[in-house]
Amino acid sequence: MPTLISAKSNWFSSEALWIGLVIVAAYGIIPLAGTDYLLDAVLTPFLALSLAAVGLNVLTGYAGQVSLGSAAFLAVGAYAAYNLHLRFPALPLLIDLVLAGGVAAAIGIVFGLPSLRLRGFYLAVSTLAAQFFVQWALTKFSWFSNDNPSGVIDAPTLSIGGVAFTSPAERYVFTLTVVIVLTLLTLRLLRSQSGRNFIAVRDHEIAARVIGVPLLRTKLLAFAASSFLIGVAGVLWAFAYLRTVEPAGFNLDRSFQILFIIIIGGLASLRGSFIGAAFIVVFPLLLSRIGAALLGSVFDSGVLEMSQRIVIGGLIIVFLSAEPRGLIALWDRAWAAIRPANRSLLPS
Amino acid sequence: MNVMRRLKVLAAALAVGLASTLAARADEQFFPLQSYRVGPYAAGGTGFFGGFIDYLNLINIRDGGINGVKLTWDEGETQYEVERGVEVYERLKSRPGIAAWNPLSVGIAYAMIDRISKDKVPLITINHGRTDSTDGRVFPYVFPLLLNPYSETSGIVNYIASREGGADKLKGKKIVVLYHGSPYGKETIPIYKLLADKYGFELEQIEVPHPGNEQQSQWLSIRRAKPDYVVLRGWGVMNPVALKTAQKVGFPADHIIGNVWSNSEEDVIPAGDAAKGYIAITTQASGAEYPVLQEVIKSVYGANKGNLEDKKRIGSVYHNLGIVNGILNVEAVRIAQAKFGKRTLTGDEVRWGFEHLQLDPARVEALGAKGLFHSINVTWDNHEGDGRVTFQQWDGSKWKVVSDWIAPDWAALRPIIEKSSAAYAKEHSIKIRASGDDQVGQ
Repeated sequence: MPTLISAKSNWFSSEALWIGLVIVAAYGIIPLAGTDYLLDAVLTPFLALSLAAVGLNVLTGYAGQVSLGSAAFLAVGAYAAYNLHLRFPALPLLIDLVLAGGVAAAIGIVFGLPSLRLRGFYLAVSTLAAQFFVQWALTKFSWFSNDNPSGVIDAPTLSIGGVAFTSPAERYVFTLTVVIVLTLLTLRLLRSQSGRNFIAVRDHEIAARVIGVPLLRTKLLAFAASSFLIGVAGVLWAFAYLRTVEPAGFNLDRSFQILFIIIIGGLASLRGSFIGAAFIVVFPLLLSRIGAALLGSVFDSGVLEMSQRIVIGGLIIVFLSAEPRGLIALWDRAWAAIRPANRSLLPS
Repeated sequence: MNVMRRLKVLAAALAVGLASTLAARADEQFFPLQSYRVGPYAAGGTGFFGGFIDYLNLINIRDGGINGVKLTWDEGETQYEVERGVEVYERLKSRPGIAAWNPLSVGIAYAMIDRISKDKVPLITINHGRTDSTDGRVFPYVFPLLLNPYSETSGIVNYIASREGGADKLKGKKIVVLYHGSPYGKETIPIYKLLADKYGFELEQIEVPHPGNEQQSQWLSIRRAKPDYVVLRGWGVMNPVALKTAQKVGFPADHIIGNVWSNSEEDVIPAGDAAKGYIAITTQASGAEYPVLQEVIKSVYGANKGNLEDKKRIGSVYHNLGIVNGILNVEAVRIAQAKFGKRTLTGDEVRWGFEHLQLDPARVEALGAKGLFHSINVTWDNHEGDGRVTFQQWDGSKWKVVSDWIAPDWAALRPIIEKSSAAYAKEHSIKIRASGDDQVGQ
């Protein structure tokens, strides 16, 4: 599969313009023009899940290791940051954030070890161990939730160097910054030798070994990087969006949700992670609001909810049969059709 | 689903919508509803929110609103998921004239405490919620009305004691608590431990992972433990499965005591025979014989505006809880109106109403709810309001009340609640209120 990073450098310059435009809009226009609802209930969770999808994409899309344990690493990140904040109040939030990602990465390495022997579906099933073990441990040992009887933690307010991020716009900007920085770092990683190793392992493991790619190191690095990103996404999810956490919020459904984001958005595409997250997170909300506005007085919310699922399920079938490589490939085809001159610049 | 009726309603709704935009906007009080009509807990959601909406409709149809102030509402589906509950909160919080939030989910309520305290709107968690929010000194906007989880626990233990012939007989007895693996289910773990120490009974607490449709291993451990009683602290599908599995392992149903979220028809009917003899605590009786239910049937269902799809569920436990919740919300608004004027009130003014929500048995009778629930006495520092409980036994076709209205041991629970709320106040740097006469925001 041709990929983003196999593209030439002239692609980057055209793409850089796009990225620049998006960033300007994301920082300059949205925080000022967006309503609280848009910022707090739509964009912040969208960004957090996009980062999680970027993380899973590193592992599954680029390195070819399927994982069903993403939600566990979200939980590890959220609970690690909470406990670091609680038990080491002197640590600044950004350090908490990085350390929480580090804890998730460490646990990711442990659960990545089976990948040395297992592949494909078998590996996916073995990552379920992470999913169940983490949720069980967080529920079983009340130390993780500071002995709160309900097992729910109250996230502290976000603040860096005395500046508190309390309004929806501030929380959004915080999330956005973390997500952009980490996405750029991920891009950097994928363009390095390690990133090329990921793809070599994905495309043909034996061939990769023959040409001298260190399998153990590459696979564990993929697990570590992926878990780090997902762990930080968990912190954002818990601290910036929900502002409360319970282990049940990180169940297998959430893992599937993240996996679907990258499949629908496009494997081995960072942009695909964002488009997929938009489809899975934002689109249902949009549909739900349109449905409620048009038909809310006729059908109760349960019926509407069910019909939305049917609509979304139908769209997934339509999109994936039109383009199995995901929405991002569909997007690029559409774009190429509009601007034929651009074709050579396309990543996939 | 009868399509024609739906179409007619659609046409009517469009016409009404048009008319109402033309007419001048009258005073309205808005109830945002984070309901759940799909998912594993839909039975509770449809019953409770159905009853709540039916009562709001009754007030609109029969009385033209509260002193002329129309009641309005809008629903957002949460499926009992915290994330969706938060989304619906963000979606509906900017509506004008919000009276109170009633999410009927501990997880969602926890996520809202910070938010509603900032927005100064009451959060009602009838019969559930965060126990220490009973302390209105620390949680001015949170109201676990009628029965908080600790009072429920105390009520259940007192009932078991009375069956054994006194609290001293509890010594040496063995009680297993089978609880739902959710924030709601875990809320009572420490208080059961405390009561076990106090009364000297042996205690084992076993978790059933959400949603609870597989309990073989839990009931095998119960069979090994041979307890005298099993307290079922379930929710949704977990309850009938528990009763059926109990029958399979041979544990007698009349020694299973259900908590306040394991006490509905939807919990026992699917269990069939296995539920016969099962006993559960409740704050509101089931049945449709109460005058207020009769009026709902006549005025609301008679006008084809009833919310329940299945009319057989009128008067069921969840529906009646929704009705009682409606009564408490409406009366709080009415009490606040008496002080602040007959107009759309702010959330903080409605909060004042809840803090003066005192309905004695005579007032409850005047509201047509005598026997449906006992009474409530909320004050600025006691946000639970001393609700009474009663126990009911399933006879195979309906619930039969088997006890008087019992008072939980509030005095013994209050110090534990205050300790916990003080810790919360410290952690969140909240100033503890010294009296209920603080400024009410406009």
